[in-house]
Amino acid sequence: MQTQPVDKSLGPLPSHRDWGATPASREQEERTQAAGTMEIVYVYVKKRSEFGKQCNFSDRLAELHIDIPPNPELAEQFMERNPVDTGIQCSTSMSEHEANTERFEMETRGVNHVEGGWPKDVNPLELEQTIRFRKKVEKDENYINTIMQLGLIMEHCVKQNNAIDIYQEYFDDEDAVEVTEEAPSAKTINVFRDPQEIKRSATHLSWHPDGNRKLAVAYSCLNFQRAPEGMSHDSYIWDLESPNRPETVLKPSSPLVTLEYNPKDSHILLGGCYNGQIACWDTRKGSLVAELSTIEFSHRDPVYGTIWLQSKTGTECFSASTDGQVMWWDIRKLSEPTEVVIMDITRKEQLENALGAISLEFESTLPTKFMVGTEQGMVISCNRKAKTQAEKIVCTFPGHHGPVYALQRNPFYPKNFLTVGDWTARIWSEESRESSIMWTKYHMAYLSDGAWSPVRPAVFFTTKMDGTLDIWDFVFKQCDPALSLKVCDEALFCLRVQDNGGLIACGSQLGTTTLLEVSQGLCNLQRNEKNTASSIFERETRREKILEARHREMRLKEKGKAEGREEEPREEEVSINLEELVAKAEEEFFNVIYSEMKRKETEALKKPTEQKQSPEEEAEEAEPEVQGQGEDEEEEEEEQEEGPEETPH
Amino acid sequence: MGVTTKNLLVNFCPDLFQAEVEETLKRIQSHKGVIGTMVVNAEGIPIRTTLDNSTTVQYAGLLHQLTMKARSTVRDIDPQNDLTFLRIRSKKHEIMVAPDKEYLLIVIQNPCE
Repeated sequence: MQTQPVDKSLGPLPSHRDWGATPASREQEERTQAAGTMEIVYVYVKKRSEFGKQCNFSDRLAELHIDIPPNPELAEQFMERNPVDTGIQCSTSMSEHEANTERFEMETRGVNHVEGGWPKDVNPLELEQTIRFRKKVEKDENYINTIMQLGLIMEHCVKQNNAIDIYQEYFDDEDAVEVTEEAPSAKTINVFRDPQEIKRSATHLSWHPDGNRKLAVAYSCLNFQRAPEGMSHDSYIWDLESPNRPETVLKPSSPLVTLEYNPKDSHILLGGCYNGQIACWDTRKGSLVAELSTIEFSHRDPVYGTIWLQSKTGTECFSASTDGQVMWWDIRKLSEPTEVVIMDITRKEQLENALGAISLEFESTLPTKFMVGTEQGMVISCNRKAKTQAEKIVCTFPGHHGPVYALQRNPFYPKNFLTVGDWTARIWSEESRESSIMWTKYHMAYLSDGAWSPVRPAVFFTTKMDGTLDIWDFVFKQCDPALSLKVCDEALFCLRVQDNGGLIACGSQLGTTTLLEVSQGLCNLQRNEKNTASSIFERETRREKILEARHREMRLKEKGKAEGREEEPREEEVSINLEELVAKAEEEFFNVIYSEMKRKETEALKKPTEQKQSPEEEAEEAEPEVQGQGEDEEEEEEEQEEGPEETPH
Repeated sequence: MGVTTKNLLVNFCPDLFQAEVEETLKRIQSHKGVIGTMVVNAEGIPIRTTLDNSTTVQYAGLLHQLTMKARSTVRDIDPQNDLTFLRIRSKKHEIMVAPDKEYLLIVIQNPCE
């Protein structure tokens, strides 16, 4: 192997960080050193034919390949440091070693103590010796004292054990009681405001059937012919997550009064219009009406109730309106209703006699029955499958003083239903047809809507015209609502509870829909609640039946008595009574007036003369009034009696 | 004064008091649920026992150690304190140990349940 001076510039060569350089390239090195790279290259060349040959080692004398002398100039880059701080430690020098012991096997063993520690002189095997030893111990004074002491303590504990089991588990058999001691509460989660400038009332709400993440709200103005110019007809579908903008807009030709999701197909919605038509939407197709019923065959008044029917096709529905008709439709063919029933309780099917329907009720577990709440305050129970039209109307319930705005069967006990109207909410039983079995007190404001809770059979919600939402729990309190919340300042028109019972949506007069969440206690089924609720219903129904029976008896008795009397003397008696009454009343009246006049005169005498004339004038005026009123006395009294019975609409 | 007279009496007529001891132990044994009674000295020698020898010796040895441990625990936590009684309740019965410097009174009882 020969070392040859190879110039770097010839090409890439293996550069070893090795010692050694040819003298010829020293200059190069010096140059590189001067540059400060300190790269030392050792190059060797091997002939190709010699590749793969075995190594022939040989001794060689040491050769100096490179010698780098110290460069004093470099020292100028450094400065001597004086003094220098160094830490030193004066201790034994130690070194670290690791050692691993061999595995040590352990075993647990017990030792059986066969005999105690007998003293050496006693042989434990010999009975005599052991007995002697024992006897000796027993004679010991210390022994006696000790045993007496210990015996006392021991006896105490033994007796204690016998007396009572100190480890007894009390209340073992009772289950952990979930005491919901928290007071019922509800809080507003979200508010959806009508984006239109001209505010309309939210008249109907419907929750999306799957997942309840959407809410369909129908907006319209229910004041007769007072809908302002330019009011939009649109209704919206809101997504609960985004309260600022409605998710979908539904554009009907006339404002919607009711709106319902199809429980089977969540894309289809049914709407009842203000002009009486029925409209159907498919949210996949857009916001324009998919199907619309023809005006000629639709209702003549706003459609107040629309409900989907449970049918195999999922396309059947029925609607009710204040024109007195209930119509069945198939949405595939909305040009004509499949069936029409007229709410004429005289069973003559006269439209003129019909009662206007303002709420509709249908329970899918009782598919042939449905109920209609009327504007006149009656509730009509009907059977769809009856053979003749007349038989369709099964029975009526007296209802309320005003329109029955809400009607719903209890989801757990369908025989009982809730009606909301005028100033009360009433619970009825199908068996008791003359009166309701339970009712709330008369409130200060109209009740506008009501609904049962889908999870708790004893809880229902009502909304009032003063903007409050009442939550009633009659297992807890019968006289007052369990919770009364003021939702907004304007009237609340409608209410809808979500299927899990936890969320309530209520719509107000200005189109604001408020979403409330109720506390856990109100949406969890309480222990024994079903039994309690059903027993309450049964008890009240029985009470009403008993009262009804008694009333009937009394009426029969009176009829019997009345027929027994003669007619003529009855009339005379009546007239005499009237005259007497009139005379008496007149006398009283005059007396009162005279005393008033006298009082005023005395007062006037005390005051200065200028004011004297006025009381005198008043006295003169009072007299003719007195005479005129005397004749109308009788009529007045009668009118006064009838007054409170009239209810302003 | 009363104690010294008692001691004197014990010394002079130990039989009287021995009879008392006998009576005490018999009374304890006759209580409801008591399975066995034994008196063991500090070396583990059973002085009086109603059970068989091997069981007694076993109990003696084990309970002595346990009592010592318990006593030392109590005293470690509070030197002013001392162990007065030891009760071990197991599934089958309860072992009660009344300790003393020299002797142990052990009773095994089946509690009423």
